[in-house]
Amino acid sequence: MTRGYLSIIVVLAILAALPFLVASNVVLNFVVFVLIITLTAQGWNLLGGVGGQNSFGHAAFFGTGAYVSAMLQVHYGVNAWVALAAAIAGGAVVGWIIGFLSFRAGLKGSYFALVTLAFAEVLRILANAMEFTGGAAGLLLKLDTGFWNLQFSSRAAFVWLALFFVALALFISQWIANSRFGAHLVAVRENEEAAKALGVDVLAVKLRAITISGAITATAGCLYLQYFLYIDANIAYGVWISIEALLAAMVGGRGLVLGPIIGAFSLHGLGEVTKLAAGRVPGIDLAVYGAVLILVVGFAPGGILGLINKLRFRGRPRPEPEKAATPAPKTEEAA
Amino acid sequence: MYPISIVAEAMLNGLLTGAVYALIALGLTLVYGVLHIINFAHGAFLTVAMFAVWAAYVFLGLDPYLAIVPLTILFFAFGYVVQRFVIGPASHGDDGNILLVTLGLSIIIENVLLALFQSDTRSISTDVSFQVLEIGGLLISKARLYGFLGAVVVTALLWLLLVRTDTGKAIRAVAKEKLGAQLIGIDVKHVFAVTFGLGTATLAIAACLLMPTFYVNPRVGGAFVLVAFTIVVLGGMGSITGALAGGLVIGVVESLCSLYLGDSLGQIGIFIIFILVLLLRPTGLFGARA
Amino acid sequence: MTVFRNSISRRTALKGGAAVVASLSAPSVLRAAEPAPVKIGILQPVTGALAQDGEYGRAGAEMAIKDINDAGGIKALDGAKIEMVFGDARSNPEAGVQEVERMQSEGVAAIVGGFASPICLASSQAAARYDLPYIVDVGVSDQIISRGLTNTFRFAPGFSICTKIAIDNLVRINEAAGKPAKTIALVHEDGLFGSGLAKLMQEELPQYGFEIMESISVPTPSRDLSNVTLRLRSLNPDLVIPSTYYGETVLLARTMQQQRVKPKAVYAVLNGAASNRRFVSSFPEAAEGIMDCNHWHDPSNPGNDALMKRVEEAGKQWNYNTPLNYSCVGLLVDAIERAGSAKREDIIPSIASSTYAEHLMPYGPTKFAENGQNMGASPVSTQVQDGTIMVVYPEKFANAEPHFPVNG
Repeated sequence: MTRGYLSIIVVLAILAALPFLVASNVVLNFVVFVLIITLTAQGWNLLGGVGGQNSFGHAAFFGTGAYVSAMLQVHYGVNAWVALAAAIAGGAVVGWIIGFLSFRAGLKGSYFALVTLAFAEVLRILANAMEFTGGAAGLLLKLDTGFWNLQFSSRAAFVWLALFFVALALFISQWIANSRFGAHLVAVRENEEAAKALGVDVLAVKLRAITISGAITATAGCLYLQYFLYIDANIAYGVWISIEALLAAMVGGRGLVLGPIIGAFSLHGLGEVTKLAAGRVPGIDLAVYGAVLILVVGFAPGGILGLINKLRFRGRPRPEPEKAATPAPKTEEAA
Repeated sequence: MYPISIVAEAMLNGLLTGAVYALIALGLTLVYGVLHIINFAHGAFLTVAMFAVWAAYVFLGLDPYLAIVPLTILFFAFGYVVQRFVIGPASHGDDGNILLVTLGLSIIIENVLLALFQSDTRSISTDVSFQVLEIGGLLISKARLYGFLGAVVVTALLWLLLVRTDTGKAIRAVAKEKLGAQLIGIDVKHVFAVTFGLGTATLAIAACLLMPTFYVNPRVGGAFVLVAFTIVVLGGMGSITGALAGGLVIGVVESLCSLYLGDSLGQIGIFIIFILVLLLRPTGLFGARA
Repeated sequence: MTVFRNSISRRTALKGGAAVVASLSAPSVLRAAEPAPVKIGILQPVTGALAQDGEYGRAGAEMAIKDINDAGGIKALDGAKIEMVFGDARSNPEAGVQEVERMQSEGVAAIVGGFASPICLASSQAAARYDLPYIVDVGVSDQIISRGLTNTFRFAPGFSICTKIAIDNLVRINEAAGKPAKTIALVHEDGLFGSGLAKLMQEELPQYGFEIMESISVPTPSRDLSNVTLRLRSLNPDLVIPSTYYGETVLLARTMQQQRVKPKAVYAVLNGAASNRRFVSSFPEAAEGIMDCNHWHDPSNPGNDALMKRVEEAGKQWNYNTPLNYSCVGLLVDAIERAGSAKREDIIPSIASSTYAEHLMPYGPTKFAENGQNMGASPVSTQVQDGTIMVVYPEKFANAEPHFPVNG
């Protein structure tokens, strides 16, 4: 079962080596933030990309991860690593609850998307209003660098930390893609009725996906907190992070293991480039960013990785066409 | 506890506001019902329309109510072109891609407006902005009353258009059975663009009715988008009359929640209703025509 | 992306190399005549939700830098010119941090700005890693100065100072008028400043004999404030205290006028519109008489008239952010002058011991407390009188008498 792992290891090796090659903290800070977005999007990709359940509310998981960890550390003085574990569990629980409620009600497509959006908004309003979550003032972690506090004075250390979790998520995603569970998940995406007829427990499969998805995205929320040391309701539960999550996964290549990481780096790289190129009229850079986004979608409807695959196989017969009929490998090739 | 007169007035406020919400939701639900897409650029289109109303008033001296006619035509054309030549071709008919394209459009629109008009909040004061009708101790804003009436009339017109005209029949045919419609010779791409144009045209009307009492800046449309989604769901996705009913209900709920819970927490009321409706009756409370 | 950044840094490295060669070959006299410019980072959110405020702030900083350069640069450094390194914080903390990193890589001596508290919190902390001096312009959250960061200074009054002065001024103005106001309704935005302010006011104001009838929180953005107005009408308080952003204040003022809600006075605190000229000119009737305890320039300082003229000539709006950022840059350059060095380890103690008094704000001489807060800073009470925003309290900076109560 080495299929797919090689390209993951190559990508990880490049990123892991980066701090040795580039000393600039501008680059490293950029990489840390993009890795956090990547991790958020990896969570989204499992549910939305592989499982076809498009969520507009991954902020619910991101924010839960950030808030659980922050509240445990600020209010109870819990060790940051323990808080991280609790945050991941918190994300999984919230994922399961939202999944249980919505999937049991049979919500899919736009309906599921909208209900996740609403859950995230409810959490945002609550976090903004309650005393326990620091209310509108948000929660501030004390700056205290050290391994046990999960705070690092060097940007490089944080790159590796974030990369560690991204790698973990990549391997989990690849493992799922190759597994029976992954095959079931894709079957649910492609045709729920058919999957059901074949004996797939659709509800259980979806619930498992949203729980793992919530856990991964909550990890990203927790990393955000450890890096920036400050969260408030609009940061942690804001719509922005839900959009970042789905944008990165979709632009990179929906349902593909490497999709989120490719998408996140492309999008944010593009953002930096337009910022440098646009000069001083505010807004122009983001407008160009939006235009490029539309062009990318127009010319690469399967995401960047989808386009690469298409170009690679152009003029040649698609390799092993019979595999496309079975669901599992489909996640690897063009979605 | 508030005296009954205050509660009654709050409910009236809710109805007046809710009607305008409904007008904004109308375009969203129409586009959803026919194209089966969620248009994320809806809020941005509303912002453009509000800037258009502002500009027509400031540069041409055109009263917002008189601007309804030209702007409706203009925005119909705008919506038609955007769907036919941008969203349609770029999205290849894929739901996920439509989402990305409309998201991209809203980013472009917001930031082009920022570059053009800066981030300043602008407003206009016309004759009706401060006028009120006094009915038995109640002070009813004329501008908001016109907004209410406008919303009801537009909903009725749109409904008539869908039910009585050939265009309406074609739209309904495409909404029900895209392939079948294509087979009997309906130009689906054209119908999609017409539907989208109608959706943006209703936004232009909403903008005209809003501007005498509201303000505009490059991000203003976002304030109305989430509530419009709620209304679309509540009314049943794709249902025109449902949108009006949903808008009125949401308006009143929001009004009462803000009276008893405060405006901030009152927002929760809307979302909880939203979630409950989705979980318990996803086809909407009114006229399930999904 | 990485490739792009690498190419940039290679190019700058080449440029640097060329400069070294040039300076080696150039005669020493020339070298002395052209001292290396001092780079200053100006961080403002000029896109996104806070773009309006970011633009006001950027204008102030730019004009200050131009003035200093026109007047011969930094004298203690042989007339070294100031070079602005601008960063757009895009209205979010992550972008703020990214810009701080870029400024650091471009070798800025210090950073000024941030505007919003979340941006200031994240950016000043990123700067702290490099002991890079950071002067917060607005950022009212007191968390900013509670973290023990030695590089971070806040020139403007923070949250607790503003609230304390707002209450003091209100009590004095009310007492001077024979205590006409007793009952109060608070209308506040539900973010950091509005909610915090409301909480403090609810604790403090009853001690002075005021009765808080209601504290109404409103979201930003609000779609409609009819119901808030309705509650105000039914409560009929003597005083309404709104602490809301621009759009919501416009809605509230309009609806109150329309619904004929006329409290004895409207006493805003840190309001986004009540001391904003666009608001006053757009809604002269609704704005008339509104008081605000807020950041504002010192009307008795002629420097402000000159600056105001330039801002207007540039076709821009005047708001407090402009003189505030102008003054922050002045404070920084004064510190560099006194230190005689643009090294950060020299600038930080120099800012800490600053007594800078040539600023445009209605503050006393600058005096930074241990935590980095300028204790000389304070907000002032303004009032819209005959369509103009006047300072009415304290007397030292006032250019008009308070008109209180406005109605009744």
